[in-house]
Amino acid sequence: MTKPVNEAAVVFLSRSANEGFARATAACFAAQLDPTLDEVNDIKTAVSEAVTNCIVHAYPDCIGKVSMRLRLFGDNTLEIVVKDWGVGIEDVAQARQPLYTTGDETRSGMGFTIMESFMDGVKVRSAPGKGTTVTLRRRVSLRVGGGA
Amino acid sequence: MAVTCTGENRVLRAVVSGEVDHHGAKQIMGELERSINAALPRSLTLDLGEVSFMDSSGIAVILRAYRRLGELGGELKVCNIPEQAGKVLRAAGVDRLVSFE
Repeated sequence: MTKPVNEAAVVFLSRSANEGFARATAACFAAQLDPTLDEVNDIKTAVSEAVTNCIVHAYPDCIGKVSMRLRLFGDNTLEIVVKDWGVGIEDVAQARQPLYTTGDETRSGMGFTIMESFMDGVKVRSAPGKGTTVTLRRRVSLRVGGGA
Repeated sequence: MAVTCTGENRVLRAVVSGEVDHHGAKQIMGELERSINAALPRSLTLDLGEVSFMDSSGIAVILRAYRRLGELGGELKVCNIPEQAGKVLRAAGVDRLVSFE
């Protein structure tokens, strides 16, 4: 794979107040691509889903660490890797099914569906007892007349 | 207050404001639930005009309100949907279940 043009990373605790922090951080990093408002919103929405999964599912009974790595590639692709060291997912294919959730009544089971429909690529790697890594990729359109 | 309710004669309008994510959804659901239980509406309009962000937590909020109104024999409408929230709701097919205005 080609080397990233730019890279940043943050680590935060799995507290729900950090959902907004993670969204804003990703949006801020993505701003250098000169994305449209729609593109920024898609990125924020997908990040929100990935980070919420860590908070709700990875650490159900405790507070743990979540890392988010942001990388920018030369073809205007943004890659966001959200990683936790929590309980992991036994059956990733099942977890990705629409409406499937192990959460309470405040969860819709649509998190992965939203990530998939808003991103160009969603990869999930998980090992029970070890944690989960979700990789989101989104190519941002090059705007005519946009400076770099 | 994340939810402001107005109405009479079992016709309720609830204006939801702020970020509807997992962090905010519990409070919004609680406030909405209390208003529904107090008014027992036959019609509830959820006004999303003041919503600055919504993720799949908002889907759960709307589906819960939809089920509650169903139990009461009432109707749920959602209006003033910002573009970002609308995209989330449509991706989940909520627009096939609840009427959008």
